[in-house]
Amino acid sequence: MSVDTTMNVLIVDDYATMLRIVRNLLKQIGFSNVDEASDGGQALQMMKLKKYGLVISDWNMEPMTGIQLLREVRGDDSLRETPFIMVTAESKTENVVEAKKAGVSNYIVKPFNSDTLKGKIAGVLGQF
Amino acid sequence: MSSVNAGLEGQIRKAISEKSDPPQLSAIGTNVGAIMSSWPSDKGLYLELKRLAAFIEQTKSEIAALRPDEVKLAFLPKATDELDAIVKSTAEATNRIMDAAEVVTSVADGVAPEASSKLMDAVTSIYEACSFQDITGQRITKVVSTLKIIETRIDQMIFSASGADAAVPVPTLDAYAPDSVCDADLLNGPALPGQGRSQAEIDALLGF
Repeated sequence: MSVDTTMNVLIVDDYATMLRIVRNLLKQIGFSNVDEASDGGQALQMMKLKKYGLVISDWNMEPMTGIQLLREVRGDDSLRETPFIMVTAESKTENVVEAKKAGVSNYIVKPFNSDTLKGKIAGVLGQF
Repeated sequence: MSSVNAGLEGQIRKAISEKSDPPQLSAIGTNVGAIMSSWPSDKGLYLELKRLAAFIEQTKSEIAALRPDEVKLAFLPKATDELDAIVKSTAEATNRIMDAAEVVTSVADGVAPEASSKLMDAVTSIYEACSFQDITGQRITKVVSTLKIIETRIDQMIFSASGADAAVPVPTLDAYAPDSVCDADLLNGPALPGQGRSQAEIDALLGF
């Protein structure tokens, strides 16, 4: 099954530059319906108003972090099935273990390249 | 003399048990001086205490010569401002680079396929490289946090050397190194080379 690149994608990061980079990389991969949030709280509100086929989130944000957002998503019956990729500079074992425990779909460590992003999305959603 | 000893011992025991305010250098000096004046018959102990008192006085003078208040009030804020300026200027530069890359992307749509492909590959490399701004920004945030810890240490040093009577709450290392792992402990930012997991190791950990 090939990836539906018309799906809504939500990217979450407190660095405006990073949002712009991920948006552009997603556009090159083929995704055109991309929304942005600057922290977990804003992302959660957006997810309750609109259905997203994929969430790509940073970890280190305030006031709500990426791991808190992931737990909220997995704890909500209407959101729990949403594929969730963590994209973060946090690369310690305990972070990866915690993210796995919380139900992350995949984990990308910054800095990353376009091929890694595309590969991890394919791993979660299916081949392009 | 026993009341002097009891006073000093009481201060030390209190400081150890509460893990908070260290005994005042001036108070220790006063007590040591009192011990010295009341126990002149023991020559060895007397000389030892005299050396200790002199050492304390010398330490106080050295702390004063370091001008810790100047470090706290001038140097640290200036260093923080400079770091903030670095983050701001790199963000501006990154945005200008990305503006240019987006122009190249729009031009690439209108050229021959082979040239377009080369341009898009170059633009992708530019986008990937621009993520340095996020990483450096997080590293600088860690440095600013370290400066704040140094600031609290200087507060502690000034308090210890001041001889002030009023107890000032002094943050301890426990505030920065809690015993139990919580979400805050997982916010470490970018790891130094060799300290974090690679993408391949993370994939293996996750079993993907």
